[in-house]
Amino acid sequence: MEQTPKTIALVGNPNTGKSTVFNALTGLRQKIANYPGITVERKVGTSIIGGVLHQIIDLPGAYSLNYKKLDERIAYQALIGSYEHEEKPDLVLAVVDVTNLDRNLFLVSQLLDLEIPVILVLNMMDVAEQKQITINEQILSENLGIPVISISAKKREDIERLKQFVAKAELSPPSPLAWLDSFQLRQALGKVKKEWIQPHTNIPESAQHTEALRLISEGNFEYVFYTFEEQEKGLKVIEQAREILEQAGENPMATEVLQRYDFIDRCTKDATQQNTDTSLSITDRIDSVVTHKVFGPIIFTSILLLMFQAIFSWATPFMDFIDLIFIETGNWVANALPPGILNDLLVEGVIAGLGGVVIFLPQIVFLFFFIYILEGTGYMARAAFVMDGFMTKVGLHGRSVVPLMSGFACAIPGIMAARTIENWRDRIITIMVLPFMACSARLPVYALLIAAFIPATPVLGIFTYQGITFFGLYIFGIVMALLAAAVMKWFFPSGQQTPFIMELPAYKLPKWDVVFKNVADRGWIFVKEAGKIIVAISIVLWFLASFPGVDQQEYDQNAYEGETIESYQLRNSFAGKFGQIIEPTIEPLGFDWKIGIGLLTSFAAREVMVGTLNTIYSIEGSDEDIVTLKEKLINDTDPETGQPIYSIATALSLMVFFALAMQCMSTIAIVRRETNSWKWPTAMFVYMSALAYVCSLITFQVGSNL
Amino acid sequence: MSTKLSNITKPGAYQIRTITGAETTRLMEMGILPGIRLEMIRKAPTGFPIEIKVRNSFYTLRKSEAECIELEN
Repeated sequence: MEQTPKTIALVGNPNTGKSTVFNALTGLRQKIANYPGITVERKVGTSIIGGVLHQIIDLPGAYSLNYKKLDERIAYQALIGSYEHEEKPDLVLAVVDVTNLDRNLFLVSQLLDLEIPVILVLNMMDVAEQKQITINEQILSENLGIPVISISAKKREDIERLKQFVAKAELSPPSPLAWLDSFQLRQALGKVKKEWIQPHTNIPESAQHTEALRLISEGNFEYVFYTFEEQEKGLKVIEQAREILEQAGENPMATEVLQRYDFIDRCTKDATQQNTDTSLSITDRIDSVVTHKVFGPIIFTSILLLMFQAIFSWATPFMDFIDLIFIETGNWVANALPPGILNDLLVEGVIAGLGGVVIFLPQIVFLFFFIYILEGTGYMARAAFVMDGFMTKVGLHGRSVVPLMSGFACAIPGIMAARTIENWRDRIITIMVLPFMACSARLPVYALLIAAFIPATPVLGIFTYQGITFFGLYIFGIVMALLAAAVMKWFFPSGQQTPFIMELPAYKLPKWDVVFKNVADRGWIFVKEAGKIIVAISIVLWFLASFPGVDQQEYDQNAYEGETIESYQLRNSFAGKFGQIIEPTIEPLGFDWKIGIGLLTSFAAREVMVGTLNTIYSIEGSDEDIVTLKEKLINDTDPETGQPIYSIATALSLMVFFALAMQCMSTIAIVRRETNSWKWPTAMFVYMSALAYVCSLITFQVGSNL
Repeated sequence: MSTKLSNITKPGAYQIRTITGAETTRLMEMGILPGIRLEMIRKAPTGFPIEIKVRNSFYTLRKSEAECIELEN
């Protein structure tokens, strides 16, 4: 390789150790971000090879360049230089798993058509040795016409050897279509290329073979990413090309793939040797237990329970500590600076907002620690296998279970965990229904309302109405999530259904450095990207609740009896006005303006509702003073009618509202970050709020007329 | 005579006869080709998906995909 900086792309099937190679080559010199506008991760870094600093891109894992999956389309577009966010690579390192060489070489055979130099990196040689697979690199290299090196990416010395090999390799693009040996396919390909692709599309020349083959195999323009004209003519040309094949007795969907595999067989025949391995591997033995009809679901449920119990008990002290630090910092700043708007803005807007961001970190960190272990060992794919049958019934995927269950702790880490779902449609539906799961921020609100309005009368000996209501709210959340998913299934276009075939990788020990690095990345991305939005909304909410300010004189003249100045101020603030303005709209749900204010402020976090009600009801001192607040709520009466404001119907209606409404800015922020668009968070906010309104309305109207 | 993979209930080794239907290309790209040995390993608790082994790799298939694979008897 000449001594100039180059862009080197790593390409390969999923589970080939491609990321291990990437990490070993780039070390800490790497950046992870999303590609603009989509949810596919972009990993770039730099590496010094042969004394020159090169850019390394880890392209998304792909089984084929026939792009039916978004990941594969991005990899393909990047390779042919038609993706605006990625530079066309000068060299491709094709990383393959030697224990399934044939399937891995399928992708390589496609790479050979793109007129980019390719080096074949045979990875997992250590596993191959155990399985008694031997490969002659020399012969394989001659047969394929590209340089070949075998490594085991876990070994440091092998990575050094790889670097030296790359630095010394003579690079020239391989000759395309070496695999093609049918006259008819060649004829069909030439026809589509000449009569349609060249005159009517803007696809780069080096990709024209590949594109023509893809169109012949697919027979339509689905998934096409480039601009083209004369669609009807194109369809006609493709149809004619397919007829050429069909007349010769070839299936247009199959013939290219078959010829490629024939080519692969020819290339590997004299280069590889393997004993047919029929012995039961460790993976087989573990799988016979963990995917067992009866034990499988039991094991999965136990792992989930353990995981969430651990997250709950480990994260809580950290969260309390973070809370304390931000409160103390707030107090310190409040005392250190002269009182005034700037002081309030810093303490109640900025510091409280930052605290609201950082508080999520412990749960995110612990959840992702477990997820990366489950993912890294290969168990997650088994869990998906076990649960898939249940989940597809409601339009979800086996992989939706872990994110949904995480939603019981908090929707934020759950939505982030949805990235383990490969399929875009399943992932979006999972994200969209996840906030129905009763998160821990709803707990204080439920606790307050249940304690105040639901009688503690025993039922069936060991239960009480309170306990049953509490349980009912959790079940209600789950049922609504599953119902919503089942409905959304119908709304989503099924035309773009991506393949569901999923590989179950062999079990392996997690790589701790990768686990910790990934966990740190997740945490940081949350703080950086969702944090911005959360802090901004915190400041807006602070502003709404703090302005206009009031002075003592005004307070003395106008306040109700027993009303504190804080309560008076909040009542007259923009937030208070908002509560009063929306009162007519929320009245049919049984809510008054005080709850209206709470609905607005609880957008910062649902549990803020309790604090807001404390302020409104002029309870001085501790925010957690639920007993006092409970009394106030029970005794609150309408000044005109003298009737109690809260009835059981009001309380139930409010609980239903809290169970369903999208009242959490952090969720909005993370959905925006994870889906890379405002479209999904907006849709989520609208549909959840509408659903909450309707259900609360029904609850209150039915409840108060019983 | 051939049997669809989706109708197989007993684990065991089979030989693939043909691949048909909309998922043909993707299944074949994964190396699931006519003439190749396919092991049906197990069914999920709910019947589908099923787990198969082809060329040393394990895959899960939903019913719609298993229906595309016809096996020799």
